[in-house]
Amino acid sequence: MSVRSEPLVGSARPARRAASLGVWLDRQSVFSWLMMTPPLLFLAALVGYPFCYGILLSLQDRPVAHFGTFVGLKNFMTDFKDAIFWRVTLNTFVYTAIATVLKMVGGLALALAMNQQFPMKNLVRALMLLPFIVPTVLSTVAWMWILDPAFSVFNWFLIALGVPKPGPSWLGNPLLAMGSIIVINTWRGLPFYGITLLAGLQTVPPELYEAATIDGAGGWQRFRYVTLPLLQPIILIVTLFSVIFTFADFQLVYVLTHGGPQNATQLFATYAFDIAMGAGQLGLGASVALTMLPALALLIVALTIYLRRG
Amino acid sequence: MVTGHGPIERLVRLWLPVGFFLVLALFPFYWMAITSLKPNAELYNRRIMPLVVHNPTLKHYIDLLTETSFLVWTWNTMLVAVVSTAISLVLGVMLAYPLARMRFAGAGLIAMTVAAVYLVPQPLLFIPLADLINRLDLGNTLTAVILTYPTMLVPFCAWLLLGYFKTVPMELEEAARIDGASRLQTMRRIFLPLCTPGFISAGIFAFTLSQNEFLYALIFLTQSAVRTVPVGVIAELIRGDVFYWGQLMAGALLGSIPVAIIYSFFVEHYVAGLTSGSVKG
Repeated sequence: MSVRSEPLVGSARPARRAASLGVWLDRQSVFSWLMMTPPLLFLAALVGYPFCYGILLSLQDRPVAHFGTFVGLKNFMTDFKDAIFWRVTLNTFVYTAIATVLKMVGGLALALAMNQQFPMKNLVRALMLLPFIVPTVLSTVAWMWILDPAFSVFNWFLIALGVPKPGPSWLGNPLLAMGSIIVINTWRGLPFYGITLLAGLQTVPPELYEAATIDGAGGWQRFRYVTLPLLQPIILIVTLFSVIFTFADFQLVYVLTHGGPQNATQLFATYAFDIAMGAGQLGLGASVALTMLPALALLIVALTIYLRRG
Repeated sequence: MVTGHGPIERLVRLWLPVGFFLVLALFPFYWMAITSLKPNAELYNRRIMPLVVHNPTLKHYIDLLTETSFLVWTWNTMLVAVVSTAISLVLGVMLAYPLARMRFAGAGLIAMTVAAVYLVPQPLLFIPLADLINRLDLGNTLTAVILTYPTMLVPFCAWLLLGYFKTVPMELEEAARIDGASRLQTMRRIFLPLCTPGFISAGIFAFTLSQNEFLYALIFLTQSAVRTVPVGVIAELIRGDVFYWGQLMAGALLGSIPVAIIYSFFVEHYVAGLTSGSVKG
């Protein structure tokens, strides 16, 4: 940037200089870039650099506390020959797909139920959001006790109803364990869907429903041809958000099952953690984490473009 | 608006579904609360009806507060959440204000980068970050998490504030500019004071996200004195295969209370942020 727009007539008077500096600083582009430089440097140092360094790590054999040696794509080859890795891939997709559908359908139902007049609506809405705001680890601990092999409250009921002791092993049986983490993820994420969709529902002009009713539309038709099309952009955004963070979920599984039994609930994030932090293989762990990148990148680019247009 | 008539229809359309979702949402917290009040004899007796407390006791709370470092973890969690929220709000404003108000080459690209960075999930970064924190010799310091939490929070705050800033009318700033105020003065004296609701929304979100963070804290903080509540509870109240369920539930409940209190004061802001952040962007 130059200061040529300033009519300086060769005078070096300090006041003039200060004024011209002020004018320069007041340019939109100068002001903006000066303002944005600290946060951008911060993000470059702690997101951009680690991201690139992670790619480099994935190409190295790098035991913790040792120097790395470049091995090319060997780590990825190891992953692709590893049966557990494919199990993890399947788990992650199943977990993401089912939990997302449950949250979407449940969230829509919650929003529709809440989109009516009733006493203490604001209190109910606040209570509904609790699963979403309470730290995940802490609520997961409560679920762990609810599903405890010996003292599960569900099993107490089931046994009281005549199911043979000791009742289902919620976290010990591979299928039930996967079902459990899906249900708990849904439990936590559903309010986010519900309350966001509720806000969307409240922006639908009542005249549209009236017009549809006059045209002879029933309840289902009003929902299908008025509500859904108007909610569609919000549903899309919420779903993309939730898919990204469900796909890369870590906390819930780490606390509840550690990926067990026999890797039945192991996801990309927990598997990468086990390899990198448990076994100390930073390079191999980074390669597992990075295999999430293609799918995530697609989602992130899609959502970024969509948000910019919206 | 659905027009419900008659008590039966209202029961089916309103109270049954709302009641179902409410019980579903709250049962784990109820379970947390009553478990934390049960004496061990009751906790581990399968014959007693488990849904109520028969002989309530505060023993688990007393043990939690005297025998573990729970209070230290709470202090650490608060400190980290407050400092990283403050850092994130300041850096977030520095990104959002130019993007919302200035016209300059590259603005669109920066806005997209900020959005994309917000969407990069932690598991993609934690391994290289762990190595970086090690090399900087920041392991087992609160600085490690205070530095890394804003990597999630800054893009988030910037994005939320950007949406909020665009809703603020520009006339006051234009008037200040005509009166000769510099851009920095206009922003600090005129614009930012108008944006308190936006800061509260972004601040609550950032605070809640910091309280919720687990992965970085788990990796960077391995000593009791520097742990945060989620990591402390998981790492120290579960010793090998022994679960101190009473203390675990007491810790989970006490650890949830700060977030719940702050949230209950600002729930309207929270909902506004939730919906504007994802709806308007």
